[in-house]
Amino acid sequence: MSNTDFVLAVEDLTVSFDGFKAIDGLNLYVDRGELRVVIGPNGAGKTTLLDLICGKTKASAGSIKFKNQEMTRLPEHMIVRAGIGRKFQTPSIYENLSVFKNLEVSYPRGRGVFGALGFKCDKEVKAKVDEIADMIGLADRLELEAGLLSHGQKQWLEIGMLLMQDPELLMLDEPIAGMSARERELTAELLNRICRNRSVIVIEHDMEFVARIAHKVTVMHQGRILAEGPMDKVQADPKVIDVYLGH
Amino acid sequence: MDALKTWLDRSGLASIAILAVLLLVVFPLAMDSFRLNLVGKYLTYGFVAIGLVMLWGYGGVLSLGQGVFFGLGGYAMAMFLKLEASDPQSTAIQSTPGIPDFMDWNQLTALPLWWEPFNSFGFTLSAVVAVPVLLAFVISYAMFKRRVGGVYFAIITQAVALILTVLIIGQQGYTGGVNGMTDLKTLLGWDIRSDEAKTVLYFVTTALLLAAVLLCRWIQLSKLGTLLLAMRDKEDRVRFSGYDVSMFKVFAFCLAAALSAIGGALFTLQVGFMSPTLIGIVPSIEMVIFAAVGGRMSLVGAVYGALLVNFGKTYFSETFPDLWLFLMAALFIGVVMAFPNGLAGLYESHVKPWLARRKGGAAEAGGPPAGTPGEAGQQAAAPIASPGPSASPAAPHSTPAVAADPGLGLGTKVSSQSA
Repeated sequence: MSNTDFVLAVEDLTVSFDGFKAIDGLNLYVDRGELRVVIGPNGAGKTTLLDLICGKTKASAGSIKFKNQEMTRLPEHMIVRAGIGRKFQTPSIYENLSVFKNLEVSYPRGRGVFGALGFKCDKEVKAKVDEIADMIGLADRLELEAGLLSHGQKQWLEIGMLLMQDPELLMLDEPIAGMSARERELTAELLNRICRNRSVIVIEHDMEFVARIAHKVTVMHQGRILAEGPMDKVQADPKVIDVYLGH
Repeated sequence: MDALKTWLDRSGLASIAILAVLLLVVFPLAMDSFRLNLVGKYLTYGFVAIGLVMLWGYGGVLSLGQGVFFGLGGYAMAMFLKLEASDPQSTAIQSTPGIPDFMDWNQLTALPLWWEPFNSFGFTLSAVVAVPVLLAFVISYAMFKRRVGGVYFAIITQAVALILTVLIIGQQGYTGGVNGMTDLKTLLGWDIRSDEAKTVLYFVTTALLLAAVLLCRWIQLSKLGTLLLAMRDKEDRVRFSGYDVSMFKVFAFCLAAALSAIGGALFTLQVGFMSPTLIGIVPSIEMVIFAAVGGRMSLVGAVYGALLVNFGKTYFSETFPDLWLFLMAALFIGVVMAFPNGLAGLYESHVKPWLARRKGGAAEAGGPPAGTPGEAGQQAAAPIASPGPSASPAAPHSTPAVAADPGLGLGTKVSSQSA
């Protein structure tokens, strides 16, 4: 497969579970600095797609190139180290640790066993934690045990933990699920801010929210791409209306 | 924040200091050399227990085969002592003088090649740690790289314990078989059976144990300790933060193995023999009970657990020999059901708040909210740290939720924040 300028180039990607093709010959290209939203009805394969990109699920066939580097055969932690961050659907944070520790542990230094033993939380780390905490609106909650945060704050904290690693590609699975209207607004602002110097892929159901953040929308259906383009164009596509928006 | 952190750090050190005074001053003054030797023997199990705190409590990996590593360490030491005790003069009546007696009984006429290096004390000391760690590395690397965990891993460790005992019993000529290695007399010419030697060995054991506790405490407070806790809680999040989770588990398993092995070697020195009955499946499970009773999140607690359960074992097995096993089982079930964080957990949830109230609640009420990482786990099960009447919504009734855990706490969160 040829090299491209895209940050992420997914080509002919297929994964089958016991003969069922959850992703079926899918192609997807994401530009640098782009915020892409993936939508589609339940079971369309959106989460599976993210699982494949971050290595949680292994592809049956096809290629995933990140900055022209093949990812399909790398172990998960190497994919992360290459610069791909993944946020899970349910907030996945360390509930027993403080917000500060949650962010500190995510700092990309001392990732080996002995590196972790020798890790010092120096000024650089603290400055980064403060910067990110400020960005996700948790600067005054650093000492709080993360399990005590509200649902929305947990989602932000997880995004913050990813930002600590400065990934070039950030993948968010339904980041606003369960959030209040106000929290959604703040999240939209946050996403618009963080995609300035990186690419972001978001899976989302809320069309109003999608319209606010998306540069480009990809509609998935039964493991394939049904339509792709700007939000208004996609919304007007009769195929899309048929399988998804019309319901 | 820093003040709180140093306070917590120090409080960790304070409990270690209390333990040190108890072991180094109180026990030696209060006990005769026979009792002190018993305590010394129990303390060798303390090594295993703190290893389990790191592996099981922090790493969330339950091993039911720590006896294997205890045994390998113990046997390595026993081999050296046995060779020293088998000099040609004292074995003159054997058909082949100069080899260990059990070899002679089993018609061996020369020392097996792999026994030769154990003539060297330096080699033996390194083998005490290196052999168990190597085995631990091979087992855990193979398992954890394949993402085998939880109950399956525990069963595999049991299998290893069984294999080792069967091997030792079956290879009588090389290992002494079911009797083990007995009649160990001197260490580099120093009679280890004398009262003075036993007292010296007690202090050596205690010093090494305290050093091990400090080392583990340091690891707990490092980023590695935080990562172990984080892994137990949300393994995928750690993996997808760029960490190779399996290697951290391998490390914890090897650390626990090394500690167990040191305990085993000291056991051999103090008790004067090593046998397969000390390292099989049942002893391995007992070792888990030491850690569970003491508190699997607390290093110091685990040492107390090892002491108490072994005192109990000695007392009850002398007084009611038939009942002991049932009592032991009841104790374990009781601990898992009623106070899953053991004695240390009880201290955190009941004694500490009570002390705080006595000091005057006001000063402590705003005190440490649960969760400065090093201590996070210790504050498990009940919302301990904020004893004030306002309390957290979780309230003391959160305990049953944790207690209902069927898998002996396999990979469970020890969290007060289930709500």
